Amino acid sequence: MLELRKDIFADERDDNLKEIGKPTARQDILGHVTGTSPYYDDHRFAGMLHLKILRSPHAHARIRSIDDSAAARAPGVKRIIRAADVPVNLNTLLSLIQFGKDDEPSLASDVVRYKGEPIIGIVATSERAAQEALALVRVSYDPLPAVFDVEEALKPGAASVNPTYPKNTFEYYGKYDHQKLRYGDADAAFAKCDVVIDERYQMSPIEHAPTETNGSIAVPDTNGRFVVHTSTQALFFSLDTSAKINAMQSNQLHFIGGTVGGGFGGKVDTLTEPLAILAARLTGAPVRHRLSRHEEMQFGSPRGAERIYIKDGMTRDGRIVARKVRAYFDSGAYTRLSSYAAVKCAAHIPGPYTIPNVHADVYCVFTNRTPATAMRGFGVTALDFALECQMDKLATAIGMDPIEFRILNAYRDGDMKAHRREAKNCALIECAQVAAEKANWPIREEYKRMSSRNGGAAAAPHAPAAIAPSRQAAAAPQRAPYDRVSAAPTQPAPSPTQPAPSPPPRAPQPAPAAPTGSSHGAPRFSSVFGTRRR
Amino acid sequence: MTKHRGRGVATVNYPIGMNLGGDPSQALVHSNPSGKFTVALSSIDLGQGMKSVTRQICAETLGVPIEDVYVDTADSDTGPHCMGSFASRGTHRVGNAVMAAAREARAVMMEAAAEELEVDANDLETDGRGNIRVKGAPQRSISVRDVAVAAQFRQGKTISGRGIFLVPLSDVDPETGEMSPATCYAHACLIAEVEVDDETGDVTVLKMTSAYELGRALNPKLVEQQLVGGAWMGMSHALYETPEPYYPDTRNGPRDFNEYLMPGPGDICPHDIAVLERPAPDGPFGAKGPGEMCANPVLPAIANAIFNAVGVRLNELPITPERVLRALKARGGAASSTRARS
Repeated sequence: MLELRKDIFADERDDNLKEIGKPTARQDILGHVTGTSPYYDDHRFAGMLHLKILRSPHAHARIRSIDDSAAARAPGVKRIIRAADVPVNLNTLLSLIQFGKDDEPSLASDVVRYKGEPIIGIVATSERAAQEALALVRVSYDPLPAVFDVEEALKPGAASVNPTYPKNTFEYYGKYDHQKLRYGDADAAFAKCDVVIDERYQMSPIEHAPTETNGSIAVPDTNGRFVVHTSTQALFFSLDTSAKINAMQSNQLHFIGGTVGGGFGGKVDTLTEPLAILAARLTGAPVRHRLSRHEEMQFGSPRGAERIYIKDGMTRDGRIVARKVRAYFDSGAYTRLSSYAAVKCAAHIPGPYTIPNVHADVYCVFTNRTPATAMRGFGVTALDFALECQMDKLATAIGMDPIEFRILNAYRDGDMKAHRREAKNCALIECAQVAAEKANWPIREEYKRMSSRNGGAAAAPHAPAAIAPSRQAAAAPQRAPYDRVSAAPTQPAPSPTQPAPSPPPRAPQPAPAAPTGSSHGAPRFSSVFGTRRR
Repeated sequence: MTKHRGRGVATVNYPIGMNLGGDPSQALVHSNPSGKFTVALSSIDLGQGMKSVTRQICAETLGVPIEDVYVDTADSDTGPHCMGSFASRGTHRVGNAVMAAAREARAVMMEAAAEELEVDANDLETDGRGNIRVKGAPQRSISVRDVAVAAQFRQGKTISGRGIFLVPLSDVDPETGEMSPATCYAHACLIAEVEVDDETGDVTVLKMTSAYELGRALNPKLVEQQLVGGAWMGMSHALYETPEPYYPDTRNGPRDFNEYLMPGPGDICPHDIAVLERPAPDGPFGAKGPGEMCANPVLPAIANAIFNAVGVRLNELPITPERVLRALKARGGAASSTRARS
């Protein structure tokens, strides 16, 4: 059940629109509900061949030899594709936006770095024939030590996973093994806090689990071109990646897709198209390359696991004054997109709250597991889990209502964020107020009347000398971080790491008489909070 | 055996588009000689409604009925470049590109109509029903169809437009992390109510109540579809899913949907949603995008509700019955809730 709250922020919108805002039925709904929408795998071509992949059974091993002679003679087998057949075998997805070094082979030649890494491809007249021929390939391996834990991978002497990044961390800006975020002086601020909470959070990897598994069909066209029917969720991204790996011009490839049975981030990696195109080039026939459910589950890239440590410092009036985060993204054996997620994660710290001292180090770590990739909420989902569990613990530690605690610390228009940009167009407070109202969760009057549009300003770092002043910070008026609600001075901390022994004083300022009507963010109340500005 | 109820909350925001920008999308809009418009894109419809949202944006901008617009997408020979459907960027990035293309096409359409009606184009308006008329004198009007015929066969004009939207790539300061990650953010608050069985460790989600601020709900039904589906995914992530149940141990990986546990129809709970609209200054009609974020608040809200129900904190996902029971054992039993209400 969905309710549109048009009353809130109404003065910022022009609602005089004809088509926008209507619950118009989807353009493609008839095709979808009658099962006639064409997906990539609804296309069939005369003489279509099928590509299946031999995968490593080891998490880390040197390949001593590969004997595919029996497989080559197997019934239905048309072609075996080896690493040497791939024109540009080493690639990294984000090379398209000049981020990171080529580190992942399409087919492994000397070393396998995760269980399931592709080694050779077999093209045959049916999936079954290809599958049966795979069983005839003999590969001998020398197993190597493997590492699976992100913090173990950073220890001296840990197995080196990826030769492009031998220290098991992605390299940022040519000099750091992590992405930094520095704002104010968190370590100095902890010493002045009444409550400090230090916790460890661990996400599990998860599957995208789309109804339609990854796949594509490459069809030789006239004039040296190839038509590729694909499940990709990024058409040109996959086209350009495929062109690079096959050393082709982008206009030799004609990609067709656009109707996809669920992606959630798992169809950006271009897992099947490059080798399907190569197979079609080598055989002159249409080639389908699709992952089985088993392959999708075991070897299709998952959402990576993340480990996050958060240390928060708070004064007894409920203001968070320092947040320190150390996060590890488990990228698996190769980079794919995790390096990007680590930067996005750093940008998201400390969450939608105004905290004057923030310190974060975010690592993208290589381990001997299936390379991770983007998934819904990439770089943010795990952090939000950790931050919001942490917010609940902080509220509990000082006996504050968890919604009031969030509203108190929420960012407002004009606040300075840790990445040194001014917060604008905020609405966290209003969401909290409306959800509380709908769920009959009682919050006090003054919290019902707070607004994202009032009471914000750049929260000055406690030690401004420690950072270069940013453009916005220099222009914004400075104010104490706790003067939104409590005018009471902070009491000296009994011990920096002990929780406050008794509940903190409630916000001492009495609430002015509530005006009638909706109060959500309406500008007529600015005078109420204007009086609290210092 | 006792079943304990509790409620938990989470508030989150979410950046719209690729982090740091630098992710362009293009659109082309043109009319056929009957005044029907085609939007050519290469963006992907993953089921989220990309085609429908861009169709509404195009119709609104052109000032024509939605039936007169069709979105053709994801053919690299005909659709101009788009970075892709990810990072909650479709509505914001592609929507803006479509809006720009439709504005350019509309300008030609109004010029062609002005020539036919022998008036200044600035004195014309669309009625949203397929006609162009003189402001204040609606009897002087011409159909979009007749304008398209005239443009094609008499005036030699192409009623078409090109659009691109690009948030320029931001630098990152390696020392401080100073950067411009995104131009706008969506917001949410979600309250989960759960029941925890202290004998089996089972957690049942009874109800979710949420408020989402999304700039503008361009199509409320598509928004609802996203928010309901995303909440399911969040609940699944919190309580059910993992290919590595004892991460970092790589064993026990599931191979299919029998072994990979996700909530079924009987596990879904009622979800009461409010949508707020604080328009983004650079969004198409103010829109941001609900795509990714709607799974995010569910995870911590459920974890916090479990604490409220039985007094244990679970910092590792997924929160399986095994983890709940181990935590209850370590605590010496369940605490009683202070916040539950149905």
